[in-house]
Amino acid sequence: MTDLNQLELDLINAIGSADSVQALEELRVSALGKTGSISGLLKGLGAMSPDERRVEGPRINGLRDRVSAALTARKAELEAAELEARLKSEHMDLTLPPRAARAGSVHPTLQVMDEMVALFAEMGFSVAEGPDIEDDFHNFTALNFPPKHPAREMHDTFFLKPDPETGERKVLRTHTSPVQIRTMMSGQPPIRIIAPGRTFRKDSDATHTPMFHQVEGLVIDRDIHMGHLKWTLETFVARFFEVDGIDARFRPHHFPFTEPSAEMDIRCDRSGGVLKLNEGDSWMEILGCGMVHPNVLRTCGIDPDEYQGFAFGMGVDRLAMLKYGIPDLRPMFEADSRWLAHYGFSAFAAPSPAAGLS
Amino acid sequence: MKFTLSWLKAHLDTTADVDAVADAMTMAGLEVEGVIDPTAKLAPFTVARIVSAERHPNADRLQICQVETVDGMKEIVCGAPNARAGLVTIYAPIGAYVPGLDVTLVEKPVRGVVSNGMLCSAAELDLAGDSDGILDLDPGHAVGTPAAGVFGAEPVIDFEVTPNRPDWLGVDGIARDLAAAGLGTLTTPAITPVAGQFPCPVSIRLDAPEQCPVFAGRVIRGVTNGPSPDWLQQRLTAIGLRSINRLVDVTNLIAYDRARPLHAYDLAALQGTTVVARAGTEGESLAALDGKTYATAPDICVIADDDGCRAIGLGGVMGGETTGCSDATTDVFLESAWFDPLVTAQTGRTLGISSDAQYRFARRVDPASVVPGIELATRMILDLCGGEPSEVVVAGRTPAAPEAFAFDPARVGRLTGLDISADRTAEVLTALGFTVETGQPWTVTPPSWRADVEGPADLVEEVARIVGYDALPSTPLPDLGAPSAGLLSPLQGRVRLARRALAAMGYAEAVTWSFTSEAIATHFGGGDARLHVENPIAQGLDCMRPSILPNLIQAAARNADRGHPDVALFEIGPVYRDDSPTGQRTAITVVVAPHAARHWSGAGEDPLFQLKGDLMRLLTLIGAPAGLQTVQDAERAPVDPWWHPGRSARVQLGPKMVLAQFGALHPATLKTLDAEAPMLGFELILDAVPEPRGARTKSRGPAKLSALMPLSRDFAFVVEDRVPAGDLVRAVQGADKTLITEVAVFDVYRGKGIEPGFKSVALEVTVQPDQATLTEAEIDALSAKVVAAAGKLGATLRQ
Repeated sequence: MTDLNQLELDLINAIGSADSVQALEELRVSALGKTGSISGLLKGLGAMSPDERRVEGPRINGLRDRVSAALTARKAELEAAELEARLKSEHMDLTLPPRAARAGSVHPTLQVMDEMVALFAEMGFSVAEGPDIEDDFHNFTALNFPPKHPAREMHDTFFLKPDPETGERKVLRTHTSPVQIRTMMSGQPPIRIIAPGRTFRKDSDATHTPMFHQVEGLVIDRDIHMGHLKWTLETFVARFFEVDGIDARFRPHHFPFTEPSAEMDIRCDRSGGVLKLNEGDSWMEILGCGMVHPNVLRTCGIDPDEYQGFAFGMGVDRLAMLKYGIPDLRPMFEADSRWLAHYGFSAFAAPSPAAGLS
Repeated sequence: MKFTLSWLKAHLDTTADVDAVADAMTMAGLEVEGVIDPTAKLAPFTVARIVSAERHPNADRLQICQVETVDGMKEIVCGAPNARAGLVTIYAPIGAYVPGLDVTLVEKPVRGVVSNGMLCSAAELDLAGDSDGILDLDPGHAVGTPAAGVFGAEPVIDFEVTPNRPDWLGVDGIARDLAAAGLGTLTTPAITPVAGQFPCPVSIRLDAPEQCPVFAGRVIRGVTNGPSPDWLQQRLTAIGLRSINRLVDVTNLIAYDRARPLHAYDLAALQGTTVVARAGTEGESLAALDGKTYATAPDICVIADDDGCRAIGLGGVMGGETTGCSDATTDVFLESAWFDPLVTAQTGRTLGISSDAQYRFARRVDPASVVPGIELATRMILDLCGGEPSEVVVAGRTPAAPEAFAFDPARVGRLTGLDISADRTAEVLTALGFTVETGQPWTVTPPSWRADVEGPADLVEEVARIVGYDALPSTPLPDLGAPSAGLLSPLQGRVRLARRALAAMGYAEAVTWSFTSEAIATHFGGGDARLHVENPIAQGLDCMRPSILPNLIQAAARNADRGHPDVALFEIGPVYRDDSPTGQRTAITVVVAPHAARHWSGAGEDPLFQLKGDLMRLLTLIGAPAGLQTVQDAERAPVDPWWHPGRSARVQLGPKMVLAQFGALHPATLKTLDAEAPMLGFELILDAVPEPRGARTKSRGPAKLSALMPLSRDFAFVVEDRVPAGDLVRAVQGADKTLITEVAVFDVYRGKGIEPGFKSVALEVTVQPDQATLTEAEIDALSAKVVAAAGKLGATLRQ
């Protein structure tokens, strides 16, 4: 009796003072292992008389259960303490900075081109393209610029050196209008396209660069008239500038390839370098447009008595400057990393009908 | 071009003010550049008369004047030597802004005497003229008369004329359009012929009728030349012209009044009695009125006297110095001719010369104005200079007038959407000078000055712009229905995706010139003679670029020069191989100047492998075919010479198709471009990337998600150093294409334990069983296949 009580007291004390999982395991083996003290007592039960066993059995089994439970409880305590100590040692200074990732960006001109493509796509326009190096026919003659006509001079054309074999002198396209010609010559109405791209004129000052971007539009069908032109451009400009409506004015102008021709002005206040649309009393020209000239249609094999339509062209860089408050054109093409970071757009600012343009 | 309101009113009876005129011009298609109103700054100034002038008690040079002004008698201190009693001059009250001095007058004592205003000189009012003292005006001017009235100052409208409307280069043409637009009544005085009093002593011969088909001339004898009267001087100087003398001023006035250039020769200076319009000859030159000497040529029209021997003018451009009119001229020969527009335009370009006449003839002067022009000039010269006119001689024939054509007035509505009656259409056209015969269909004849009108669409524009574009309806485009698929071509879609992907990877998009210098183009494999710009904007921009790399390298160098060396730039744009439409390719180009700030955790991934990773990710994103290889083999797959020979490679599809090159840029190339090494980059020719095969359906098929665990085995191979690790990986991948799904390189080792010239490459091979879990024997067999495949490259298992 006393022996069992003493044994239990000793074991429970030893378990309580075990200071590691390993010491605890040694205790477990010494008590409950094959040759352990409690295991030995349990083995002794077999040699007892049934009466003795009836009395001693529950005592020894009870002892085993209590010691076993004490071991488990102590083990959990020790493991928790060990984990806590380990985690403490694993401390990291998270105020240290991560490795900096470069912030990429989309150029404002190309962002604006994406915006334009998105807006015109909603109106059913697809995107056509043509080469930057054009021949005289596509850039001028087919667009109703007669040879040597003064209107050609207005374009400040860049010429390439004449081909040594053919003598032909190519030009850098002065507008995206040659894409109209290529589109009409390779397809049949109805036509509804825009043509974005690089254009070139020999001009360089605060508001002109020798290279710039245009978006051309062309709609040809049987009954397309100037009212459609007006609606298309008013709708586009309002959506582009993200306003509910636009106070616009169409003004007669002259382009060789359209008749009637017009320029579109928008009413705005630009005081303080900020563009406020539909305010103030000054008009700003933003694009040229008109009904495609019958000569142009004829040249492209389209009967002007059957089909008619409109064309328009606008400067992408300039619209980007107006919309996003970019004061000077020239840095657009200088790739100053600070400028690109300031005026560039996030990769994830792709225009969408749901999220908006930028 | 410019004109004044009073000049316009000589042709148009209107009550409109200058702003209303400018607005009406704008809406009729004349681009108004601005309205300059000199009267605004003269507003505070009025005529005053000095009643008495006495010496200032405290200053010898100053006088104290009692002045009769619009504000009553004023005591004004004046320092001008010519201030005297009785002088009529200009008075500025206290508070007036004096433009010539850039000050606003305040009441303050001058040497102890308060001056209640100021008496002004011409310079102080920003006017031209003698400024030795205060203005000394005609005593006839009443006290209080506004200064603007005294000096004839009035608002000037400055505007641009589009090349199709030479008739707008005369004030009468503008008045006609404004009258048609309802701004007033056209009152241009009719021209009446002046009877000649003797036969013209000069005869005219046309030797180059294709350059000058018609030429009218007349002599006026006994004129008195000299300074023009004030009204004529003011009319010309108000729009920025210089008044020369009466004869020259008359021709200049008519050029602006009627868009009819003329020339007056001093008859006494003419040699012979025959004036000839002929083609220029090589070696001939002319000293023109602008003081410069011009070489003529067969494509330049020359006016010559002495029976055609001596050049005395460039036809339709400028007269010669020797025969110009001076104050001493008493007999004048007047020329009113018509010069071919293309010839005159070309002369302007060839000689770099422009004049009011050249500008007008190049745009096509009204051929019907030849004789009326000379009659109008005669009338004005007789009025201003006196004299006796000869008969008019006309040589040649007036070019044909624009032809009549059929016109259906319903076309106006069809093309514009405007609702305009046929009557209104006829009314507008008639007001603009067109002859309208309203039959079935109509026949419309344009006036002689409207050669730009060739067909019905032109008439529609005339009607629409006069009715006003404000009346245009706003009509929604017919709905074509939502497109069944996207509207971008596969290439356009890829460009768009690549742009967003590269920006997301940390590259900043740049847009740079399509040009570069010839030297750089040649260095980068371009410089084809057909790609040279004949008239470049600058020396360094004279060749179309064969690559975007040099532009981005230079941009990176510029950023470094500004103290920002760490850049990662990209551009997606054209490169030019030849001048044909197919010679233009779309390149996706990246340049990185790796100068990232040091980091506490040590160096990160090698920037070149980071770049390679970005390139490969980009290729995957744009849908490049699977199975791309990085090939680094200077002999069989050389890169372009602008890459670092040891640190560059090609990305290929199969043995031949090159999609991209990447690596470090050659230090010599960077030096050529004044850029500091290292710089890294890639150039991906988008057109070379095959498009995914068009799938019939967008369905992706079932996903194959194996229920069996993948397992991995490590192999360390010893292989000759020259064998690219990529080749080893590919060989191992090929050992069993169904079971081996991934081969990763986890170590490359050279040094102790490895023979010199060899390296150890450690691979982790991932095996995905597809039918059943592999047995040990099957795994051993697979390992043997891996070792055998590596063995073909001379690799052995590391012991």
